[in-house]
Order: sequence, then structure tokens, then C-alpha cells
Amino acid sequence: METPVPVNAAGDVPERYGETESGAPLLEARGLSISFFQYDRGLRRRRITPIIGLDLTLERGEVLAVIGSSGSGKSLLAHAVLGILPSNAEVGGELFFEGVPLGAEEQAELRGRRISLVPQSVNFLDPLMRVGSQVLPPGRRDEEARDRVKSIFKRYHLEAEDTLLYPFQLSGGMARRVLVATAVISGADLIIADEPTPGLHPVVVRETLSHLRELADEGKGVLLITHDLEEGLSIADRVGVFYAGTTVEIAPVAAFAGKGERLRHPYTRALWQALPRNGFRPLAGSQPPLDSLPPGCLFQPRCPISTTECLEEKPALRKLGDGWVRCIHAA
Amino acid sequence: MNAEALLERPWAGRLLGGEANRRKRTLILVSLLAAFLAFIVVGGALLGQSGLSTNVELRNLAPSLRYPFGTDWLGRNMLTRTLKGLTLSMGIGLLASSISACIAVLMGLAAATMPRAVDAFISWLIDLFLSMPHLVMLILVAFILGGGAKGVIIAVAVTHWPSLARVVRAEVLQLRQADYVRFAKHAGRSRLWIATRHMLPHLAPQVIVGYILLFPHAILHEASITFLGFGLSPHKPAIGVILSESMRYLSTGRWWLAFFPGLSLLALVFAFYSLGSNLRLLADPWSAHE
Amino acid sequence: MRDLAVFLAGKAARLLLLLVAVSSLSFILVNFSPIDPVQAYVGADMMRVSPEQREQIAEYWGLNDPPLQRFFRWASAVLHGDFGTSMIYRRSVLSVIGDRFAASLVLMGLAWLLSGTMGFLLGTLAGRRRGSWLDRLVKGYSLTLASTPVFWLALLLLYVFAVWLKWAPVGMMVPAGVEASQVSWTQRLDHLVLPTVTLSIIGVSNVALHTREKLIDVLNSDYVAFARARGESERSILRRHALRNIALPAVTLQFAQFSELFGGSVLAEQVFSYPGLGQATVQAGLRSDVPLLLGIVIFITLFVFMGNLTADLLYRLIDPRMRLGGAA
Repeated sequence: METPVPVNAAGDVPERYGETESGAPLLEARGLSISFFQYDRGLRRRRITPIIGLDLTLERGEVLAVIGSSGSGKSLLAHAVLGILPSNAEVGGELFFEGVPLGAEEQAELRGRRISLVPQSVNFLDPLMRVGSQVLPPGRRDEEARDRVKSIFKRYHLEAEDTLLYPFQLSGGMARRVLVATAVISGADLIIADEPTPGLHPVVVRETLSHLRELADEGKGVLLITHDLEEGLSIADRVGVFYAGTTVEIAPVAAFAGKGERLRHPYTRALWQALPRNGFRPLAGSQPPLDSLPPGCLFQPRCPISTTECLEEKPALRKLGDGWVRCIHAA
Repeated sequence: MNAEALLERPWAGRLLGGEANRRKRTLILVSLLAAFLAFIVVGGALLGQSGLSTNVELRNLAPSLRYPFGTDWLGRNMLTRTLKGLTLSMGIGLLASSISACIAVLMGLAAATMPRAVDAFISWLIDLFLSMPHLVMLILVAFILGGGAKGVIIAVAVTHWPSLARVVRAEVLQLRQADYVRFAKHAGRSRLWIATRHMLPHLAPQVIVGYILLFPHAILHEASITFLGFGLSPHKPAIGVILSESMRYLSTGRWWLAFFPGLSLLALVFAFYSLGSNLRLLADPWSAHE
Repeated sequence: MRDLAVFLAGKAARLLLLLVAVSSLSFILVNFSPIDPVQAYVGADMMRVSPEQREQIAEYWGLNDPPLQRFFRWASAVLHGDFGTSMIYRRSVLSVIGDRFAASLVLMGLAWLLSGTMGFLLGTLAGRRRGSWLDRLVKGYSLTLASTPVFWLALLLLYVFAVWLKWAPVGMMVPAGVEASQVSWTQRLDHLVLPTVTLSIIGVSNVALHTREKLIDVLNSDYVAFARARGESERSILRRHALRNIALPAVTLQFAQFSELFGGSVLAEQVFSYPGLGQATVQAGLRSDVPLLLGIVIFITLFVFMGNLTADLLYRLIDPRMRLGGAA
């Protein structure tokens, strides 16, 4: 694991993960880990670490899609950045927003104002409160704020009267747009979209994704967390691949082409080749359960190119060309 | 273990003490309860009839070391009377609850396994019983049966089965729909086999917990009915009788006649409630927030 | 609107069926009773009543007719609003119920309000700070209360406050020997205090536990998590989201508790000699006043039903999901 460096190193050629020429990235995670104490039925108390040593960066104006299978704990990343993990969670590693370390205080100030969430479903809205009141930024009930709500609603093709609706009265598409609106109205620079298109109609999915792309094009940073590689690829600039609690590769979207020759990590390549349009070739096996992780590289049991060295220790994320990869064999 | 599931129940990690502690605690509770019950029954028996005979010289003594619960206006040892009364209450409560539980299980099973018409009728019956005012019906039934132990037992038994029956019915209905049960049926297993191997293990905990939670209800209601005069005869040292008699002497300042017997009853009922709710949490941790 | 009409019609039908079932059941049961109603009516004078007089009394009350005939006579009378005459109070059953219920209503109503507000408050405070000493206190207190016999608590309070401290009167509803019209409001309140306090203390636990559980549910819900994610303060979340979402369940629970409320009232009235409907029930049972007992059974069943109906209605009228009809 690299040691942290002073962040304002503008002008240096970026060999360290996390720095760019223009200065500090909008969001950066270094060795992020999240663990919980678990009391499972019939078992004793134990510790589970769904996220181990996760690294990523996100720049303004770009969409970074974090792809991982369902249930792998990707949402925890969103909650960790916002600082709304449950109280029994322990967070290790470091998080930076615009170069500033994110502690609890900073998170409390930033969330809802500079960092916003687009949640998964309409269940994230209070069922007994009209939608308009929930879209308003907290603490702002004045005329100006209400007008802003109406204008943002209009931008997303919602009527002004729709602010009077209750969440259960929204159609799937309308709900999506309302949720995006809540993030936009905050004026945040960092938008985290956590599985924003679960099981929706393809038209609604495309619409939602295009809204997110729009936001990035306006200069915001969008962290798109999803399990759907196709969706991610459709609007992302870079793709982060999430496996067994950590990022195994971060590649530009252009690398996802052909047979995946430009993809470095075997898992990424397997993901790409598993897509229906690429031959639909699935990879055998499944993610390791959280209570029995393999030694060394977490992907090693399923990896077609693993060697005995892979069992020794977890590889670090290293820069390779225009991306980053966590594999000792990548070249 | 699914990471996303952790987000669904963020408080899960904080279950006070967790599973192992709950098991330990329940075990301790069970032993304490058993010891308590033994103390009541054995103690009452040991103290024998001597404490119950009238002894004019020992009248109206306040609590002391010799007579921890004091004595009453006839010189009877209140501790003896209380212990015997508790034993009586427990016995009646046990009997009434057992009958009630049997009715509940039978009705619940019948409703869930027999044709729709039977289910409709039983469900309607359950609703009917649950809409009737509880204590009033107890009084009515006890009144009809002329009071006494028989009256109380039947009254309590007949009014407490509906909620447990409803639980049994819901469980069995759900189990019948469960995939593994349907597979077993397709695979040709006999109904008895399915019933005992698949359904019983799921049903048993609920029924046992429900049964145990019936006791405190039954005991409290028996005491209430007896207190009002519809239950056990005044010749028996039932707690309800003791307390109703004590009302007469309250104004003369003999508070121990009411305080200790009632407190003991509270302790008994509380013990059963604690046991029942701990068992329920063991059987189904998600059923309540700690 | 049509939905509501259909709903109410359904409920009315259920009520009717319920009342018919309850009254038939009660009547049948009473018939099997070993109590001799003539003896109950005459009381201690039984020895001095001649067989002819017995026959006259039996005729007068219609006790010699076959059961079915008696039932129909009684049922048709009831439908006309005539519940018969109480043997104990020598007045029409309805008037006895009317007077007594008014007294009980004051008692139950006050206790209901008190226990509702206290329970809601305690439940909210406990749910906000799970695991704190306050939370554990509320939980323990509730379990203990649920185990407490109402009449024992009543006796304790009576002893401490009426006999020992002499702060409250020893019982009844008005001072003994005082003309009814001369009794002042403060005196009435005086007599109400102890029974009300008794009932309130017992009633708190249910609401407190229920509210606590609902609050915990809400604070762990997705929408509260999202509210936090949007930067809303805990205080604002409690005020704007939590209270709104737990208020309705708490209120509806209170309305569904009428059966327990009356049960407690029966016991409390007995201890404090408060002349309410509960005490009348006990008297009717002890002295075999069948018309009065039957009348009370029906009336209270109606009372409990109204409580449950109100609980149902509240949901329909207040929860926007029910009020404005299903999902879009």
C-alpha cells in the first residue's frame, strides 16, 4: 500500500494513484475498508468486512461506473462516503473530497450540499409526505427554494402540481426523475447514484442514465454504482470493477472493446466476455462468502491464470498504462 | 452472508449481547423460574396446614422475621396463605392454558387444512371471540357455570384460544405454500411425514412460546375473576380471595394483607412473561426490537 | 367516497352479525345457568315467599315460557329499544346502563387520554435512544406493568393515598351523604383521581412499547436514511418524518384497546366503589340480574366494536395511501 503524499502536487507526472494534473480529484478512496460486527442466527459474534482495501478516484465532469455483482456491498461505498453507515460499522482507510480528508464532521457538512445521493427506489421517500416537501433542501421552505423546485421539476418534465403528489402516486419513471431532482437541487458537485435503475423499463433506464450523463457534462462528478455492465458502459468515462470487497481494475471505457484485449484483470475480461453480445460465456464459480475469504488474491480460486504466487498476498492496485489494476500478472 | 443484508438491518449488529448471550440469559431465566416455582410449591407444602389454622393470639401481626408476610385477622400466617394461593393459581392457570392451547392448535390446524368453508367458519369464530369484551365474557361464563374452580378454568380456557389459533392457522397456511413442502409432496412423501418432518419443527417453537405466554394471562385473569367473586370459593386461599378480603381491613392500616400476596402474584406473572418473551426472541430474533 | 360507503356498509353488516351472535350465545348460556332467577330477585326473602307468589313472579318475568319463545320475546323487545328491567335496580336496563356508563366514561376517557399521551411520550423517548438507561427503564417498566394485577395496584394506591396519606377519598364517586346536586366539580375530581391514575398507569405500557417499536422501525427505514443523506438534522428528521409516521399507529392502537380499558375499569371500580358500568356488571353477575347482564354484554360489545371501527376508519381517512386509493 502506497504511503499518502501531499495532495497539491499539481504539475507532477502522476505515478501515484489518485493524483491528476489539475489538482486533487473530486473524490478519492484509499484502502477503504468497512467492517461490521455480526450476530448471526445460531452463531457467535464475529466480524465481517464487506469492503477491503478499496481504491478509486473520481474527477469533475466524469462518470465513474463502479460495477460489481448484486449483494457485493457496493452500496456500502455510497453510505461510507456520505457518512451514514450504521453505528456498528467500522471504517478504515481514507476518503478525500477535493483533497480534504473526510471525517465525520466534514461529512455532516457536505452531505446534501456538496455530495448528494440518488437512491435506488421510491422507498427512500417518506410515504406520508408530499413529494415537493421532500425535494426541498432541508431547512429551506422559502419562496425562492420552492421556485427552484418547480424549475428543476420542469427541467425533468415534471409538472409543478406534481410537487403535491405522494410517493406512492408516482409512476416508475416519475419517481426516478424526482429522485434525480433531489440530488440536482442540492447543487452538489459529487453525485452518487446507487443502483439507480433497478428493474426498470428500458426507456426509463436510458432516460435516467442520460440525466446522469448530463450532470457530468455540466461539470459535476458522478459515481454510478451498478451491477449492470452495459448500463455502466453506456455513459461512463471510466469503469471501476468491484470484486469481493475491493476494486480489481479501473479502466477507461474504450478498453471495453473487441475481445477485451485491453482489459488487464482476468475478472474484468470474464465480465466483458460474459455479456450476451460477446458470446455469453460465464465464469464458473461465485464470489467468496464474506466469512471465508481465500488467502492472497481474492479472485485466485476462479482465476484462469493464477499461480502459486497469487496465494501469498493480496496485490496492490498499480498503474498500468491508462488504467489501474490489481493483479501481479497484468502487463 | 450478504453484505447488502447488513444495510437492511443496520441495528442487527447491536442486538444486546447477541445470540450466545441470549441463550445464556434464557437458560439462567429458566433455572431461576424453575427454582422460584419449586420454592412456591415446596415451600407451601412444607409450611403445611399449621399456618392456616386460626390462632387468635397471633392476629394482625405486622411483617416480622418470624412472619415475613405478617398474619391476618384470624391469626393465619400470610406467607403460608400466599404460597398456597400461588400454587393454586399456577395449577388453575396451567390447566386452563393447556386446554386453551389444545383448542387453539386443533382449531388452527383445522382452519388451515380443511376445506374453505371450515376455514371461513373458524376464522369468523375467531374474529367473533376477539371482538367480545374480554373480562365481561369471563364474568358471563363463570357466572353461567356457577363459579368455582370449574367455572374459572373453563371460562379462561374458552376465551384465550383465539389469538393462538390465529397464529397456528397463519403458520400452517404459510408452511403449506412453502416450496420445500410442495416439493416433498410431489416427491411422494406421505402427509404425515411432511407434517412431522417439515411443519412441526417450524410450528413447534411458535406454539410453545404462545403456550408459555398464555400462563401469565390465565393466572392474572383467574385472580381477577376470583377477586370479583366469580371464581374460587372463599374457603380456598386463592390470591384473588386473599386480596378481596384484604380490602375490608385496608382502612385499619393492615397493608401487608394486600401488599405481599399481590407482589408475589406480580413476581410469578412477570417471571412467565420474561421467559416467554426471551424464548420468542430466541426462536425468531427479528420478531422484536431489543 | 364510494369506497368509504362500501366499507361502512360492510362494517355495519359485521356489527349486526356480531350482535346477533353475541346475544344468542349469551342468552343460550344464561339458560343453562344453574342460577334460579326467582331466587335472585327475591333474595333473602325467599323463605317467606309462597309457591303461588313464586309462580306469579315467574309469570311476570316470563320465566316459565320455553327458551326459544323467551329469546324471541327478548330479542324483539331489544330491537324496539326495550332491554327489560333490571332486577337489582328496579329500573329499565337502558337507564341503568345509561347512568352507569356516563360515570364510567368519564373515568375511562380520562385514563385513556392520560395513558395515551404518557405512553406515546415514553415510547418516543425510549425509541430515540435505544439501549440507553431510559430505554431500558421504559421496557422494564412496561413488562412489569403488564404483569401487575389492576386490582392490586388499585388497592396499593388506595392504601397509600387514601388511608395512609389521606390525600384522597376512600372511594365512591361523590362524598357520602351529600345530595347529588350539591356535589361540586372539585369534589367529583377528587373521587376520580385514584381510579383514573390506576387505569392510566396500567394502560401506558402497551402504547409505550408499540410506539417505541414503531419509532425504531422508522429511524431505521430507507427514507430516514435518505433524509440523513440529504443533510437533514436528527431533530428535523424526528419532527418532520418520525412523528408523522408513528402518530397514526399509536392513536389507532389506543382505539383498539377499549376491551382492556373496560376490563381494567371493572376491577378499579370494584376497589374504589366507583358506581360505574363495571361495578354494575359485577353486581349483575353476583346477583343474577339476567336482563341487566345481557344488556351490558351487548352494550360493551358495541362499545369495543366502535373502538375497533374508529381505529380502522382513522387509517382509511388519514393515511394518504388509503385515502387517495392505491398506487398510481
